[in-house]
Amino acid sequence: MSKPRLVLIGNGMAGVRTVEELLKIKPDHYDITIFGAEPHPNYNRILLSPVLAGEMTIQEIVLNELDWYKENKITLHTGKQIKTIDRIKRKVIAEDGTEEEYDRLLIATGSTPFMLPIPGNDLPGVIGYRDIKDTDEMIDAAAKHKHAVVIGGGLLGLEAANGLKLRGMDVTVVHLGPWLLERQLDEVAGKMLQRSLEDKGLKFLLETQTEALIQGESGRVAAIRFKGGMQIPADLVVMAAGIRPNYALAEASGIYCNRGIVVNDTMQTYDPKVYAVGECVSHRGIAYGLVAPLFEQAKVAANHLAGYGIGRYTGSVTSTKLKVTGIDLFSAGDYMGGKDTEEIVLNDPHGGVYKKLVIKDNKLVGGVMYGDTADGPWYFQLLKDKRDIHDIRDSLIFGQNLVGDVGHAGNSKAAEMADSAEVCGCNGVTKGTIVQAIKAKGLFTLDEVKKHTKAASSCGSCAGLVEQILASTIGGAYTPASSDTKPLCACTDHSHKKVRETIVAQHLTTKEAVFAFMEWKTPNGCDKCRPAINYYLISTFPHESKDDPQSRFINERAHANIQKDGTYSVVPRMWGGLTTPAELRAIADAAEKYNVPTVKVTGGQRIDLLGVKKEDLPNIWADLNAAGMVSGHAYGKSIRTVKTCVGAEHCRFGTQLAMSMGVKLEKMLFDMYAPHKVKLAVSGCPRNCAEAGIKDVGVIGVDSGYEIYIGGNGGIKTEVAQFLCKVKSDEEVMEYSGAFLQLYREEGWYLERTCHYMERVGLDYIKGKILEDEEARKAYYFRLLDSLKDAKDPWQTSREEQPIKQFIPIKLEA
Amino acid sequence: MSNWKLICKLDDIPQLGSRVVQRQSGGDIAIFRNAEDEVFALHDKCPHKSGPLSQGIVHGRRVTCPLHGWNIGLEDGHAVAPDIGSCSKFDVKVENGEVFLAV
Ligand code: SRM
Ligand SMILES: Cc1cc2nc3c(=O)[nH]c(=O)nc-3n(C[C@H](O)[C@H](O)[C@H](O)COP(=O)(O)OP(=O)(O)OC[C@H]3O[C@@H](n4cnc5c(N)ncnc54)[C@H](O)[C@@H]3O)c2cc1C
Ligand code: SF4
Ligand code: FES
Repeated sequence: MSKPRLVLIGNGMAGVRTVEELLKIKPDHYDITIFGAEPHPNYNRILLSPVLAGEMTIQEIVLNELDWYKENKITLHTGKQIKTIDRIKRKVIAEDGTEEEYDRLLIATGSTPFMLPIPGNDLPGVIGYRDIKDTDEMIDAAAKHKHAVVIGGGLLGLEAANGLKLRGMDVTVVHLGPWLLERQLDEVAGKMLQRSLEDKGLKFLLETQTEALIQGESGRVAAIRFKGGMQIPADLVVMAAGIRPNYALAEASGIYCNRGIVVNDTMQTYDPKVYAVGECVSHRGIAYGLVAPLFEQAKVAANHLAGYGIGRYTGSVTSTKLKVTGIDLFSAGDYMGGKDTEEIVLNDPHGGVYKKLVIKDNKLVGGVMYGDTADGPWYFQLLKDKRDIHDIRDSLIFGQNLVGDVGHAGNSKAAEMADSAEVCGCNGVTKGTIVQAIKAKGLFTLDEVKKHTKAASSCGSCAGLVEQILASTIGGAYTPASSDTKPLCACTDHSHKKVRETIVAQHLTTKEAVFAFMEWKTPNGCDKCRPAINYYLISTFPHESKDDPQSRFINERAHANIQKDGTYSVVPRMWGGLTTPAELRAIADAAEKYNVPTVKVTGGQRIDLLGVKKEDLPNIWADLNAAGMVSGHAYGKSIRTVKTCVGAEHCRFGTQLAMSMGVKLEKMLFDMYAPHKVKLAVSGCPRNCAEAGIKDVGVIGVDSGYEIYIGGNGGIKTEVAQFLCKVKSDEEVMEYSGAFLQLYREEGWYLERTCHYMERVGLDYIKGKILEDEEARKAYYFRLLDSLKDAKDPWQTSREEQPIKQFIPIKLEA
Repeated sequence: MSNWKLICKLDDIPQLGSRVVQRQSGGDIAIFRNAEDEVFALHDKCPHKSGPLSQGIVHGRRVTCPLHGWNIGLEDGHAVAPDIGSCSKFDVKVENGEVFLAV
């Protein structure tokens, strides 16, 4: 049986989003055909403003390349406007005669710019601002002409004016209202905005009504005349005085319209076979002109088109940002206020900051922010949640930082946002969704987040916030969630905690046993759970459980660090940062022999040979081994470095032999795998030149012995190490720090650094195990030494044992 | 018309692992072996940023790219949603414990 046919009229943002949502939840359900009047695939209309401003190109704003339509087996007719909908025969007819029958029809014809009904409104050089064609025309006019007039001081008008100014035109904005953006801003903010735009060189005529457009000799518009007789030159007139929902086509086919195609909460029109979404729609009497509500509509429409019948669209509260680079403006909800509302206002004209919050019945109902919009999304969330704010009212206006506790500089905002808080208003993406995508997919850049979550991919104004979340999350990515119950990955419902406990309780020693006993959902796990389980097994049963190289990330399998071009870096260990002329000579020889392109001193007091070919690894290691050097594990979730200062060996302030202490610790911990990497440092005195304050274990020499600090981190989010105890001898330093590290090795979750582990269990818990219970401490220390007792250089092992094959490519003769 | 070339023994490829086949032109090919001893061959170039897929972790019928963690289907070379992209695949077969590649 053939599939039902779905036809979409309007290849724009709302319509295509509906199709995307549909394909996501029910692919292959319909035969889909799309008609678009424009000759382009679906593009991001919002970003026409940055294109006009010269900040982006048309290619960059295409949302669905032609290949996307092909891959999803969608028939696309670009440049074909539908002229008629025949609802009896259930078909649509394009102006060139193309016909297409439908079982379901989706109308998403958007809107058209409102052209003022004044003489001259059809002259060449008079345009609206809606699509690529208009944008091209403006760019072209800017190259050839001087005077531009934009009619309308709303968002669209200001973005057009800004773009034309940046392209070198002399721009005047004519506005009927008493201040700019009077639909989004109150008077104070409107005036502040006007001043900043004037500083950028724009001119304004407020409370001014246009009477006529005057033709020049070339036939093109040449001037604009206002009521009262004033006239100014104009070679380009952009009408941005509003938009009109584009529903004539639907109305002509007899579908009920009233200032838009009237739809119910399922986005269905009065004809049950016909759905409509986007700016052409009137829902509960409202036609929206921003993408966020349209995307919500798309989701609902898709669900009903898929036949699931879940979800209703009940209207949206909207928020706006002006996309003019360098100007920060945010408004949401009912920002004007009225009789029964109260206002909290912060006005700092000198500092260029204005904030107004409108409150009704102890709830935030609207707000305007100018100059400092960082808290915009937070206010918007309070507003949408209808949160009772009376308890935070006093400090509400100062933003989230003063309400919550101030977190780490730079990422406090993102870190404190609730998971349910919306970050990207355009696409309705919450912080939780972004964080989950970052963690689950290992995203590292804004672009990747955009692609995976769609956050920041429409208007882009939340990009900064998304970056903050990214920063705070990659740090957090190493804390597999604060909850003990979060599933380890999609292969299982069990948490890290549960898996660790079960391995111990059931004495499971192979991954197969874990998968079977814990009823894994996948046959052999994935790249998230396999490395975790492999680590749990070998750390729990050191001499019993066999390491599985195929469950290790490539770096640990190749004992070198993979680079972006697929080559590797080789870092020989330099115990405590110490080296000798002979070692340096061997490194130099190896670098020459294997054509190592880059030799670098690392941040960990040793030398990195970067850009080694995989097939050369066994040989270069052999050379380095021959000179007495071993792997530095610079690639592993393992002991990395023990950084030292010169200490009492040389330094005039030194109180303890820092170098010797550092070397002892590094030798003790050689080849130690851990939930994450482990770094130590030993400084000879409290001046702390080895930066022991940000290490997993930091040791600082004092007159009477050593102070031990734990849980520091110098990476994504700097954490200062916390004081554990003071000890007298080198042996005690080894025992206490060794015991702490073993505790972490036995209890940490995979990819949890010591600082995250410590945050989870608390310093007191650790002190209880290590300081207060001598027997326990000694037992941890013993277990550490025992599991490391016959540690071997991984380079040597790798060279000598079977896995050597992985390094040898198979050559294929032509 | 395909021309089957003997590449190596099945046991030369670790289970849940891979080997790289170097060609004189056209780039390296990654040969994967999964837990069920199925063998797959893909262009050794991740559709994301050209990462060497051969160095990834193999699970089920997928490999996770070592550079940024995209998952690529071993059977068809397609990136697993939501990532979009694909790399070319090659025909391979195993006969009597020997692996042949169609070139
Ligand atoms: C080579 C080196 C940079 C340098 O040239 O100096 C380096 C290079 C890398 N670091 Fe680092 N880190 C290096 C010192 C550091 C330091 C400073 C230090 O060790 O004193 C830090 C901050 C201290 C800390 O870890 O607390 C540091 C914090 C990170 C982090 C963030 C860790 C965190 O918990 O926040 C990562 C990401 C990770 O581990 O997942 C990282 C990850 C990386 C990786 C391994 C990224 C990767 O997975 O490919 C880099 C490998 C580059 C490459 O292509 O080979 N690197 N990295 C340094 C090697 C030191 C060594 O001799 O072993
Ligand atoms: C310059 C500019 C900046 C903007 N900035 C923002 C912003 O910052 N934030 C925000 O939220 N919104 C912004 N918007 C508004 C946003 O772009 C619209 O809300 C959104 O594009 C509406 O989507 P839609 O699908 O309803 O209409 P459209 O995207 O306009 O799509 C409708 C499509 O249908 C086609 N069509 C119409 N009739 C027919 C027919 N009979 N046959 C075939 N095809 C037909 C049209 O050619 C058009 O391509 C901006 C708009 C513009 C123009
Ligand atoms: S800071 Fe570390 S991870 Fe980042 S680019 Fe430098 S070496 Fe790579
Ligand atoms: S290159 Fe493969 S995931 Fe980036």
